[in-house]
Amino acid sequence: MNDLMVFIERVGPDLIEGTIITIQLTLVALALGVVVGLPAALARVYGGPWLRRFAVAYIEIFRGTPLLVQLFVVYYGLPDLGITFSRFAAAYITLGLNSGAYQAEYFRGAIQAIGSGQMVAARAIGMTQIKAIRYIILPQAVRLALPAWSNEAISMVKYTAIVFLIAVPDLMTKAKILSSRYFNPIPVYITVAIMYIILVAIFTVIVRNIERKMETPGLELEVERH
Amino acid sequence: MDQLQNFGLLVYYLSQGVGVTLGVTAIALSTGFVFGTILALLRVYGGPLLGGFAAAYSMVIRGVPVIVVLFILFFVIAQFINLSPFLAGAFALGIASSAYQSEIFRGAIISVPPGQMMAARAIGMSRLKAILYVILPQALRLAIPSWSNEAAIVLKDSSLVYVLGVPEILRRAQYVSARTHEPFIAFAAAALLYFVLTFLTNRSLDVVERRYRLQM
Amino acid sequence: MPDRPIVKIEDLHKAYGETEVIKGISLEVQEQEVVVIIGPSGTGKSTMLRCINLLTRPDKGRIWLEDEEITGAHTDVNKIRQRIGMVFQDFNLFNHLTALGNVTIGLTKVLGMNKKEAHEKAMWELERVGLVDKAKLYPAQLSGGQKQRVAIARALSMDPHVMLFDEPTSALDPELIGEVLTVMQKLAREGMTMLVVTHEMGFAREVSDRIIFMEHGVIVEDGPPKKLFYNPEHKRTREFLWKITELYGQDAETSPQELN
Repeated sequence: MNDLMVFIERVGPDLIEGTIITIQLTLVALALGVVVGLPAALARVYGGPWLRRFAVAYIEIFRGTPLLVQLFVVYYGLPDLGITFSRFAAAYITLGLNSGAYQAEYFRGAIQAIGSGQMVAARAIGMTQIKAIRYIILPQAVRLALPAWSNEAISMVKYTAIVFLIAVPDLMTKAKILSSRYFNPIPVYITVAIMYIILVAIFTVIVRNIERKMETPGLELEVERH
Repeated sequence: MDQLQNFGLLVYYLSQGVGVTLGVTAIALSTGFVFGTILALLRVYGGPLLGGFAAAYSMVIRGVPVIVVLFILFFVIAQFINLSPFLAGAFALGIASSAYQSEIFRGAIISVPPGQMMAARAIGMSRLKAILYVILPQALRLAIPSWSNEAAIVLKDSSLVYVLGVPEILRRAQYVSARTHEPFIAFAAAALLYFVLTFLTNRSLDVVERRYRLQM
Repeated sequence: MPDRPIVKIEDLHKAYGETEVIKGISLEVQEQEVVVIIGPSGTGKSTMLRCINLLTRPDKGRIWLEDEEITGAHTDVNKIRQRIGMVFQDFNLFNHLTALGNVTIGLTKVLGMNKKEAHEKAMWELERVGLVDKAKLYPAQLSGGQKQRVAIARALSMDPHVMLFDEPTSALDPELIGEVLTVMQKLAREGMTMLVVTHEMGFAREVSDRIIFMEHGVIVEDGPPKKLFYNPEHKRTREFLWKITELYGQDAETSPQELN
C-alpha cells in the first residue's frame, strides 16, 4: 500500500497536468472539426462544382490518410514550405482538420437523409436557399447526425494521444516521460490507460446526456470509428 | 528533371515500406478477426461469466487509445518473448482491433433473425452446429460493410508501429527527411502512398461486399 | 398399428412471466392422424406445438413421443427433434443457402450423410413438394408459397414421424395459400401424422381427422370435423366457427340459428 502511495505521489501531478492538456486538445479539436466539417458538408451537398470538388478533396484526403502522417506533414513538413506552427498549433490544426473530415461525412449523411422534400417545401414558401438551410435543414441535420457525432466526440479523447510524437505535454507524453524517468513503463502506462478509460467514460456520460436531451424520433446514422 | 528523378527514387524507397504496412495490417486484421469472433460468440452465447468477461475486455480496450494499447502490449510481450517489433506491433494492433471487431460481429449475430436458430434446432441441430452452420455464416456476411470500415481503420492505424521503429512507410519517410532535409516532400509522398493504399482497399472491399451481400 | 399414441401430452402448463398461456392440456394423437387445432390468437396453440419438440420448455406436465417421455431428465433433445418435423409461420429458411442447401444441411450436418446421398434425397423431397426446378435459387428469390414448400421439404427430409405445422399459411398472400395446402393434403393422404395450427377452415373440414378448439389455454372441444362444424357441444365452439367461417369467406351454409 505504501508503494502505491509513493507511486501516486510521484506520477500524480504530472498526470493531472497531462490530463488537462488532453481535455483541452479534445475540446478544441472537436470545435474546430465542427467549424470546418459543417461548411464542408454543406459545400458538398449544396455547393457549385468547384466548391464541391474542393470539399470532396479535403474530405477524401483527410479520411484516406493516417492521422499520424497528417501530423508530421503539418508539423515537420510545412515549415519546409515556410509555414511554421508551434506544437500546440500543429496539434490543434491537425486534429481539427482530421476530425472535420469525418464530421463532414456524418453531417452530409444527415443532410441527405433529410431529403430534398424539405428543401423544396422551404423554397416553395419563398425562402432563399440560405434561409432554408439555416432554419429547416440544419436544425434537423444536427439532430440526425448526433449519434455519429457523439461517437466522434467520445473517440476524440483517444485520438489526442498521438500528439505525444511532437512532444505536446498531454497525458500520453507525460506517460512517456515518467516511464523513462523511473525506468518502469508498465505500471505507468497501465495507470495512464486507466485514466483514459475514466476520461472516456466521463465524456460518454456527458455526451449521452446531451443526446438524450436533444432526442428526436427519426433515422439513426450508424458509422463506427474507434 | 533532377527533381522528378529524386521524387521517383523517393517514392520507390517509400513503397518498399508498403509490404511492411500491408503485412502489419494483414496480421492485425486477422488476429482481430479470430479473437473478435470468439469474443462476439462469448458475448452472445456465453453465460453471464464469459459474456461479462468479453464485455469488460471490449469496453476496456476500446476506452484506451490504440497507441497506449500498443505500448502496453509491446512491453508486456517483450518481457516474455523475443518478438520482432514488426510482429509484436502487428499482434498488439490485432488485440486492439479485436475489441472493435467483437462489437461488429456481436451486432451482426444479434441481427440474424431469431427464427433461424429456431429452425436449425427444429431439424435437430445442436446449439453448436446451429451457430457454426446457420448463424455465423449469415452474421459474417451481414458484418461485411462495418468490417470494411474497420479494415480501412486498421490500415491507417498500422502507421502507429512507427513508434516501435518498424520500417513501414512513415518511418522510411522520416529517414529520407532526415537525410535530404526536405521533410515536406517526404511526408507528403508518404501520405500519398497511404492514400492510394486506402483507396484500393476500399474499392476491393466494395467488390467483396457486393458479391457476398446477404439478401434476407 | 401400435396401440400407443404417437404423441401424448399430459397436463401441460406453461406461463410467460405472470401470464399462464397453457393451463392444463392433455391430448393424444394416433399415428397417421391429422389433427387441426383452431382457436383465437394468443390462446397457446403455437406454444403447445413448440412444447412438443421442446423448443419451448413446459413448466409442468409430461409429453411422450412414441415410447419415449421427452420431458424426462435424460432425453437427447436433438435426437427427439430429428423425429419431429416443424414448419413455421415465417418459414425461417436459411438465407445463406439455396433451396437445395436448405434441405441438404440437416442431412449432412445432423444425420451425417455424404454429399451425394444427401443431394439425391433432397432433390426427391423437393420433387415431392413440386420445386425441383427451383433447387438452385435462394430464399430471397422465391415467392412466399415456394418458401414454405421448401420449408416443408426441409422438415420432411429428416423423415420425421410426426409433422407440426404452426400457422403455415398465415404469412402468405391469399393466392399462394393453395399451393401449400395442396402439399399438406398430399402428405396427409400419404399417411403422415400431422398437427396443424391454422385458420384455414376448408382444410380443417376436408383433410383433418380431428379438430381441437382451444381457448384461454385449455381445450374446449375435441372431435371429428363433422361434429364440430355441424353439431358442436359448446356454445363457444359454435360462435367461433361461425365467426371465422364468415371472416374467411367460406361458404356459410351453416349459421348459428341453423345449428342445433
